[in-house]
Amino acid sequence: MSTVFDPGAEAARATGAILDDTLHGSSRGIVVDSPPGAGKSTLVVRAALELAAAGHPLMVIAQTNAQVDDLVVRLAEKDPELPVGRLHSSDSDPYDKVLDGLANVTKSAKAADLAGLDVVISTAAKWAHVKNVEPWGHAIVDEAYQMRSDALLAVAGLFERALFVGDPGQLDPFSIVGADQWAGLSYDPSASAVSTLLAHNPELPQHRLPVSWRLPASAAPLVSDAFYPYTPFRSGTDHGDRKLSFGVASDGSGPDRVLDEAAESGWGLLELPARHTPRTDPEAVRAVALVVRRLLDRGGVATSERADEPVPVTADRVAVGTAHRDQAAAVRAALAELGVTGVAVDTANRLQGREFDVTVVLHPLSGRPDATAFHLETGRLCVLASRHRHACVVVCREGVADLLDEHPSTEPVQLGVTVKFPDGWEANHAVLAHLAEHRVRWKP
Amino acid sequence: MDKGVLATALGSPAPFGQSQFAFMRGNAFEAKVKADGGAELLRLLYERLGGSSPAPGPDVATPDLSAAGPEGRAARTALALREATAAGGWALLDHPMLALEVAGSPAYLEPDAVVVHPDGRWTVVEIKSFPMIDSSADASKVGAAARQAAVYVLALERVAAVTERAEVGQRVLLVCPKDFSNLPTASVVDVRKQRAVTRRQLTRLTRIEDIAAGLPEGTTFDPACPSEELDAAVAAVPPAYAPECLAACELAFHCRAKSRAEGAVEALGRSVRGELGGLTTVAGVLAAAAGKEGDPADPTVAALRRAAALRAEALESAAVLRADAGEAASVAGAGTPEGAAACR
Amino acid sequence: MSLITTLARLEAVDSGRAQPLATVRHRHLTDRPLVLVPLTTAGEAGAPLGALVGTDREAPRLLAVAQPRDRDLRFAFLAELAEAVLPHIESYADVVEPAERNETDPATGKKTKVEVELCTDAGQLIVPSRAGVEFVRLLGRSMRFRRTAEDDPDTPYPAPARVPLLGRWLTHYGERARVPGSSLLLTATDLLNRHWATGQSSLEDQHLGALLSWIDPPAGSSGAEAALRAELARDGEGQLLCPPAGPATDPDFDNRLLAPAIERYDRARTALASAEDGLAADARLGELSGAEREIRSLLARVMLPTWDAVWRGLDLLRELPEGSRAEDRWTRDRWSFTAHRDRVRSGEPPQPRRDDAVTAAQKLASRETAQAQLEAQEALDDPLVLAGRRLAGEAFLGTVTDVEMTYTESKRPSPRPLVTVRTDERPHLGERTKVYRSLEGKPQTAEFVRAEEEPDQDGDVLLVLRILDRMGRGKEPAPGSVPEPGDRIAWTLFEHDQRGGPKLPDPEETPWTHGGPPGADAATRAEQPDPVTPEDLL
Repeated sequence: MSTVFDPGAEAARATGAILDDTLHGSSRGIVVDSPPGAGKSTLVVRAALELAAAGHPLMVIAQTNAQVDDLVVRLAEKDPELPVGRLHSSDSDPYDKVLDGLANVTKSAKAADLAGLDVVISTAAKWAHVKNVEPWGHAIVDEAYQMRSDALLAVAGLFERALFVGDPGQLDPFSIVGADQWAGLSYDPSASAVSTLLAHNPELPQHRLPVSWRLPASAAPLVSDAFYPYTPFRSGTDHGDRKLSFGVASDGSGPDRVLDEAAESGWGLLELPARHTPRTDPEAVRAVALVVRRLLDRGGVATSERADEPVPVTADRVAVGTAHRDQAAAVRAALAELGVTGVAVDTANRLQGREFDVTVVLHPLSGRPDATAFHLETGRLCVLASRHRHACVVVCREGVADLLDEHPSTEPVQLGVTVKFPDGWEANHAVLAHLAEHRVRWKP
Repeated sequence: MDKGVLATALGSPAPFGQSQFAFMRGNAFEAKVKADGGAELLRLLYERLGGSSPAPGPDVATPDLSAAGPEGRAARTALALREATAAGGWALLDHPMLALEVAGSPAYLEPDAVVVHPDGRWTVVEIKSFPMIDSSADASKVGAAARQAAVYVLALERVAAVTERAEVGQRVLLVCPKDFSNLPTASVVDVRKQRAVTRRQLTRLTRIEDIAAGLPEGTTFDPACPSEELDAAVAAVPPAYAPECLAACELAFHCRAKSRAEGAVEALGRSVRGELGGLTTVAGVLAAAAGKEGDPADPTVAALRRAAALRAEALESAAVLRADAGEAASVAGAGTPEGAAACR
Repeated sequence: MSLITTLARLEAVDSGRAQPLATVRHRHLTDRPLVLVPLTTAGEAGAPLGALVGTDREAPRLLAVAQPRDRDLRFAFLAELAEAVLPHIESYADVVEPAERNETDPATGKKTKVEVELCTDAGQLIVPSRAGVEFVRLLGRSMRFRRTAEDDPDTPYPAPARVPLLGRWLTHYGERARVPGSSLLLTATDLLNRHWATGQSSLEDQHLGALLSWIDPPAGSSGAEAALRAELARDGEGQLLCPPAGPATDPDFDNRLLAPAIERYDRARTALASAEDGLAADARLGELSGAEREIRSLLARVMLPTWDAVWRGLDLLRELPEGSRAEDRWTRDRWSFTAHRDRVRSGEPPQPRRDDAVTAAQKLASRETAQAQLEAQEALDDPLVLAGRRLAGEAFLGTVTDVEMTYTESKRPSPRPLVTVRTDERPHLGERTKVYRSLEGKPQTAEFVRAEEEPDQDGDVLLVLRILDRMGRGKEPAPGSVPEPGDRIAWTLFEHDQRGGPKLPDPEETPWTHGGPPGADAATRAEQPDPVTPEDLL
């Protein structure tokens, strides 16, 4: 017997259960795993609104100021009357100026000034300095997998119970000094907040948003298999629901052919001849820029469930992802040379949580003579491969599979540390094997 | 093939070997763990991985696995696994023999022990003599043990596939001495990651079969050191020396000498290559840095020149500073009374 | 590895000797460090084999265990080690100066200054290599929970009197060594590697003999040749000329020399035990001490080269002038030393086996602060380190070409001078990025305003910075507080001082997310001695 998968119903059922636990449950914590584009922000906003509406003032903890400001704006969009407090640091420019235009938002560097507001939002770093206040009954912790355990320790006294939401597949938090001596301890301060929380409270309800609304049907199975093998998810759309097409036909060049392949299949690998290169490989950087230029020049249009009519893929709907900042800088310079503006070019760390129609990725291992733990980190590749709604083009030198073979995974293993995620080496191979089916070889 | 002997013959003997103290201690510990029909081992296993099965009693089966040759022993092991699984009780297989195909030829593997649970689950047991102190152990040693165990899991899965009710546990039991004592303690290690990696490596190995084919006729895997030989097989790509080899391979000093003679930058560590792009030799890099060679438009060359200039400027300014301070600008060793190498 | 370090390594390959990575010494060395060269028994976790220890390079104290599997002999070794190490540490404990410390009044939450003692100097411990630090920790862990007969008359196999105390001090040193930039417990290899780049890999740099060969090769030999000899050369008996720096021994030493010697010792002991009359006993006692002497001399033979190497390394390091901010970090070491002294004196229990949640988080935070501070201080102390940061775009050197006075638009205007700087560097500056310079040893902050459009033909650009602080309270900036045209100034994008992190809850208030308060019996449980077995086989 087979049942038809109804993504909308599945997602609604999951969300319903989460909100029910949040509003009426008795446990002190609820954990929600959200794969890329599964509606995490929507969930956070909705949970906050429903808690406030039910007469439960709450605090919201996010990890960066940009995330905080984004949430404040989203809350105001949904409910312009809701009294929201934005707790900020005492540095210069502590919050986005957009907030000054929102009448419902009170801003202050002192928690006492915001007392009594329905929702008070700030970063974990700022909340950690708040002392001697009456604890909130409820809290929402956003991007909880990117929050370190020690950061949670510093703020957990501020709330009675909390909803923890995050994506376990993105980049793990890190420490600039060694923390091995605490590995395996349930409260390892360098581990993620969720690991510690669950190690001490294994009985807490754990939910999962089962549907990615961002990733197309061509991408969800690969990302799910490679990066979420133990917690699979599905795409909210089916093959054929989305379409990427171009007004201008291919000129037969590598960039055009790879764009056609990506439009057709959702993935494209533009493979340059094997060569060891510096990080800012000029040919690869230029190839990335050319793909973007051609994508815009050829009048890409995206058809999706979001709009009745095809929507032009403009520069703001395109992103370039790299592993290193200097690579991002080099791509920006190359784009500027080609007269392209408005395209987001950034590292995986900074693209976390963002969404675009088309992404162009400079493969972290392209042209490298070695594969370090940094370049093999599963989260990095996962972020780069899961930002797109329609298609992802990867630019890479030939020979990465061989490079991986020469650097077999020899990760140390700490006793008592829960395995949460596939091996970076294996995930890289899995993604490469898939990309190889969408390969366009090109000699610039 | 004894690489140690070969290395000595090549004139680069490596400082390897095992101390008899460590060897004796390892053997004594394994014997202690397996004493009394493995009672202590099974107690540890039941405590950590017992699940809902009844506790192992005195009736634990310990089948005799002796047979002629590795093939015979592997067949005997497979039979014992089938019988024990069908019997539905606890069984301890001491030093079973498993076969796994590596790049087209069978490799024989000998785990320390495999335990068959009443529910048909098979658990790999690794006994190591490094200590677990306050529940933690040397992570690189645990990592190596986990990779080794993952190979056993894969080999067992081949047998389990043709055995009814059988299922191979992805969590293995690592048994080590506790703290500073010789009392055994154990920890469960989840080897799903290592298993996935090893499986991928084995499938990738078919690709390098041609290299394996180039090996002398009759090259076999010595069952006495399965993991090392397997690693060697995995690494049977054209030899690329890196300093990590020094800790693992008897031939490394030989390869290092060759690599240094060629002026390869990898001799200084793999990470060195990362920023040098297409430049692969010491002389090439220094010539590029000095402005004698290389295209200044190449970002590597540009960065090298900039690095060289900044470095020279800093050293010069420090020398001036020190001269100002009335000190001799003495750099390393210039004025050491002994001025000779260590350990003559 | 940064490109500048890579380049230094390649230059070392080319020139055949190590090249400087620093122009000043970035770690404090005391006048009288205690050097410890330990050896351990292969395959055993808690069986030391021997040690050389002392503050006088000409007179190391030799400690040896003739049969490492004998509990009494091990205890005797540890007792002797305590007598070699503790007096050195204690000699610093009573020399103090008055100091002030900030304390928070638990009742009012107000911060007050408290007058306390601070040891004017602290005992410094140097081991050959990182494995030596691990061994110090291991020794500390194995000793601090021991009970002496005085602690508990009923304890089985009581430890010698000062052994638990030594365990606590070694634990403290081992833990302090994890703090970036600390100097209480240092390794010779790390010290040398911080200051010189050799022509080999960082893995090979862990071999003290090879490392020294590159830094200071014998006349007529290249670093590579000398290092190879240090790594592999053996004598007629097949023994390494430069034995491992410990605590691990060379297997060939164990198998060919040590094991037979221990066997002779064991035989002599058995023979002595079975001697039937006084005369026979005397003779056999003579054999036993002969066997023991042989083991001592074997161990001395493999430890002395390392002992000499550590002292030679220290000589080389002392030729570098100490960086000016290293003293500041040493002061923190003195605080740490004094605090441990106080804990011991007030009768606090030994450090627990594993940190509780709050302590772990506090340690991590303070080490991250120390790391950032160390990186900043080294760059400020040393133009060669700064060069690496400049290459990475995290600092730049520029000449002031113009200063324009502007003021804030408040009721009481403050100065905000705009300083134009000419540089050929390309720091990673974004809009309003903060930059810092050192002004009389304190940081002065400026923000990036804009860059001139195109670089000129020399590749120079003009950067405009706005000075934000440290100009005094008046409308006009204090004299000397604003750069002047012609000044050549190093600006950094990183801060010079680090703010401490937020205050964490007290351990008794550990939140539910982290397991809640540890509970009353947790502390007692944590200090239980390790169980001992009657059989003394390790």
